[in-house]
Amino acid sequence: MEQNKVQELQDVVIRFSGDSGDGMQLTGTLFSNTSALLGNGISTFPDYPAEIRAPQGTVAGVSGFQVHFGDHRELTPGDYCDVLVVMNPAALKANRKWLKEGATVIIDGDSITEEHLKKAGFKTLDPIEELGLDAYNVVVPDITTMTREALKELGLDNKTVVKCKNMFALGICFWLFDRPEDYARRYLDNKFAKKNPAVAEANKRAIDAGYNYAANTHQFANHYRVAAASLEKGTYRTISGNVATAWGLCAAAEKAGLPLFCGSYPITPATVILEELAKRKDLGVKTVQAEDEIAGICTAIGAAYAGNFAVTTTSGPGLSLKSEALGLAVMTELPLVVVDVQRGGPSTGLPTKTEQSDLAQALYGRNGECPVVVMAASSPSDCFHFAFEAGRIAMEHMTPVILLTDGFIANGSEPWRIPSMKDYPTICPPIVETAPEDGFMPYVRNEKMVRGWAFPGKTGLEHRVGGLEKDAVKGSISTDPDNHQKMVRARAAKVALVAEDIPVQQVWGDEEGDLLVVGWGGTRGHLQNAVDELRSEGHRVSLCHFNYIHPLPHGVREIFARFKKIVVCELNEGQFAAYLRHELQEFRYEQYNKCEGQPFTVTELRRKFESLLK
Amino acid sequence: MAQYNYTPADFKSDQEVRWCPGCGDHAILNAVQRALPEIADATDTPHNLFTFVSGIGCSSRFIYYMKTFGFHSIHGRANAVATGVKVANPRLNVWVATGDGDSLAIGGNHFIHAIRRNVDLNVILFNNEIYGLTKGQYSPTSKLGKITKTSPYGTVEKPFNPGELVIGAKGTFFARSIDMEVQLSKECIVAAAMHKGMSVVEMMQNCVIFNDKAHAAFAADKATRAERTITLRHGEKMLFGANREKGLVFENMRLKVVTVGEDGYTMDDILTHNAHERDTTLHVMLAAMKYPDYPVALGVIRAVEDDAVYDRAVERQVEEVKAASKIHSVDDLLRSGATWEVK
Repeated sequence: MEQNKVQELQDVVIRFSGDSGDGMQLTGTLFSNTSALLGNGISTFPDYPAEIRAPQGTVAGVSGFQVHFGDHRELTPGDYCDVLVVMNPAALKANRKWLKEGATVIIDGDSITEEHLKKAGFKTLDPIEELGLDAYNVVVPDITTMTREALKELGLDNKTVVKCKNMFALGICFWLFDRPEDYARRYLDNKFAKKNPAVAEANKRAIDAGYNYAANTHQFANHYRVAAASLEKGTYRTISGNVATAWGLCAAAEKAGLPLFCGSYPITPATVILEELAKRKDLGVKTVQAEDEIAGICTAIGAAYAGNFAVTTTSGPGLSLKSEALGLAVMTELPLVVVDVQRGGPSTGLPTKTEQSDLAQALYGRNGECPVVVMAASSPSDCFHFAFEAGRIAMEHMTPVILLTDGFIANGSEPWRIPSMKDYPTICPPIVETAPEDGFMPYVRNEKMVRGWAFPGKTGLEHRVGGLEKDAVKGSISTDPDNHQKMVRARAAKVALVAEDIPVQQVWGDEEGDLLVVGWGGTRGHLQNAVDELRSEGHRVSLCHFNYIHPLPHGVREIFARFKKIVVCELNEGQFAAYLRHELQEFRYEQYNKCEGQPFTVTELRRKFESLLK
Repeated sequence: MAQYNYTPADFKSDQEVRWCPGCGDHAILNAVQRALPEIADATDTPHNLFTFVSGIGCSSRFIYYMKTFGFHSIHGRANAVATGVKVANPRLNVWVATGDGDSLAIGGNHFIHAIRRNVDLNVILFNNEIYGLTKGQYSPTSKLGKITKTSPYGTVEKPFNPGELVIGAKGTFFARSIDMEVQLSKECIVAAAMHKGMSVVEMMQNCVIFNDKAHAAFAADKATRAERTITLRHGEKMLFGANREKGLVFENMRLKVVTVGEDGYTMDDILTHNAHERDTTLHVMLAAMKYPDYPVALGVIRAVEDDAVYDRAVERQVEEVKAASKIHSVDDLLRSGATWEVK
């Protein structure tokens, strides 16, 4: 093998893109897992259409997977890519805007046909010139032809052979970034070896062929090395937000010593949580795939009444359907976690794209005075922690908790230092074991305003709950005006008191300055990167990022008061800003909002912050 | 058989019963409270395991009058809530009190899916063919042409027959009684409790205020009931009438009412009721019989034991997977699959 120049890089962004049937999600996942095992920092972002096999060769049918890897912890999948691997002209067109200046573009030369160009909406037969890519490092290997050639001895049908072209492209990237093939080979063996060893062999050969092609030709001037990140000592794994959420819920059940029950209905992009919990029968998890979203939450409420740690998982439209039942859980004061993996809305909206526009619904979307705890996770791996926290608060405070994640962190993945469950607190729900001498009163509250949890089956604790207003002590039906007023305030006070039981709000950066960036949930990585970049250039900027939204943690007012300007950044039209204007009225809030179904870019955030700093 | 020696009073709560005077619900409550001591002994169920779940409507107030665990949920969702209760703890003896609006209109989806899954719930379906609590609008069981506040010129939609719906949704147990027939109601309720899987007992219930005499054509008084209803009992001939002189035969793929000893029909021609028959054909026909063409069928029409009881199956699968898995704790789970060390 001839020696090419080896160049050290701190971080690289690769985007794999093709038709939704081209296997780009798998290609990206294999590349990112390989890099994670090498010790790189990783952040990934799958970006795919709602259709399973969208029209081939069209821009609408393009499916992409972006991976950002580096010699440090990566907080975002990166705005723009250093390398774009595309399987057809449509993918090239769809991703043109995500190229860094002078990026490397690898496109399957076999796909550049009149038919494909026409389908993708090109006007000429030269997509490179038409998209103004002359100054870019565009490489046009005939991937399909070479894959076919490499696999011709295996005697497979043409369809199977052509499906391996994504692995050829993966082989090119493995060479380009000096990655070993062994993880991918093991994965393919596990996936295909039993059912179809010939397919496993074909895929592995395609990786080899791609690798050798890149090594032997002079198409690529350099290849690159990205050193391992210096991460904290420990055992690591990669984890996606949805799996982390499912596991965090399992952890809360274990720490409470109660069985986990999940009643849910499949909905993009939340389904993986139900799928993962359905696998966890080994931990005693019971899942009911309900007949609809309403039955999902109602079975969960029934299970909570019967003494399980009950959860339901959904996305925006499903949360709408669950609204009435959420009110029942508020009224009956039962513990319940509702996970809402937010997607573009309203209505069916953009099912596979990310957004933060369910916040108002989570806070207010019910009839009556109906407070619930609202929380949000901010990265794929911290979904574990916040799912655990949601369970802890729900059970210890006898209240529904809505945990907001979003399509971006739910589908994204990153390396995660595996925690030990001994470092997590025991969860102590107010379970009532025996009736007091003068009889059990279901709505008597403790100092946290929390009522007791008396499961059916416990002797002497027979009692009735329901959606009608309750007598403040006995729990029987009451329409008394004073009692209703008292109960409305008691339910609100109970939720407000959760603030005593969550961490005080933290600031990233200095405690005072010219600009305070405020965000919540899944935008943390982008906001922190933008703030870090500006801070390294000497700007007095800090980040105040929220995971606990209702109630707000203590300390927020004090933080806000120490900055000249506050800008609230969110992937909606200003829902958190409106909430803050209501909760903390003395401050002026600037806003930065985006509803494109895409995460923020660090670039656009910087631009906004710089303009506010002038 | 266990001996708990409960009395109906052990199941009466301290709440004042607030149904209208003359409402059929009183008799149904009475039948249930009388049945429970017997059920407790027959199924070895102590008092603290009885759990009643309801939706919304007059019938759903039922749970407040029972001195058991009770959950008054929201409109239409009783069967879903009860499914969660039962799956979470299959040892509970779970009952659903619901109405024709609650389970056949707004909650129709949960009703048929709970039946399809064969969750071990005992459902008492109060059918008064009207919306009572909202003061008199037609329901999914109101007869075609029924004049109500929302159908001032008569309804133009056909009603459900709950029996056909239950059996069509793969129901394993269906029984029917009339509110006034407390003894028969009690029999049906006990049979429902003994059945493993979802049991539905339809109670033909009279709403004195908004749909008085809805069932009077066949249920008005004892004499009418004898002539116009037939009480089915497993293993017994399908006979009715004041002197049990009439019976049902199967002819030309249809049921037919005959008089024993007339037109050449003898007792041998009369059908014998087999509630345990898996085939649904005859059960659907019996459930669908309407007066005046036929007597209305009462008693246990279908009671087919099926091993696939949902809550037990869920529990069994959990135990099987637990026994076979290497993952026994969250710590095990977190360390399963591909991991790497950073030193």
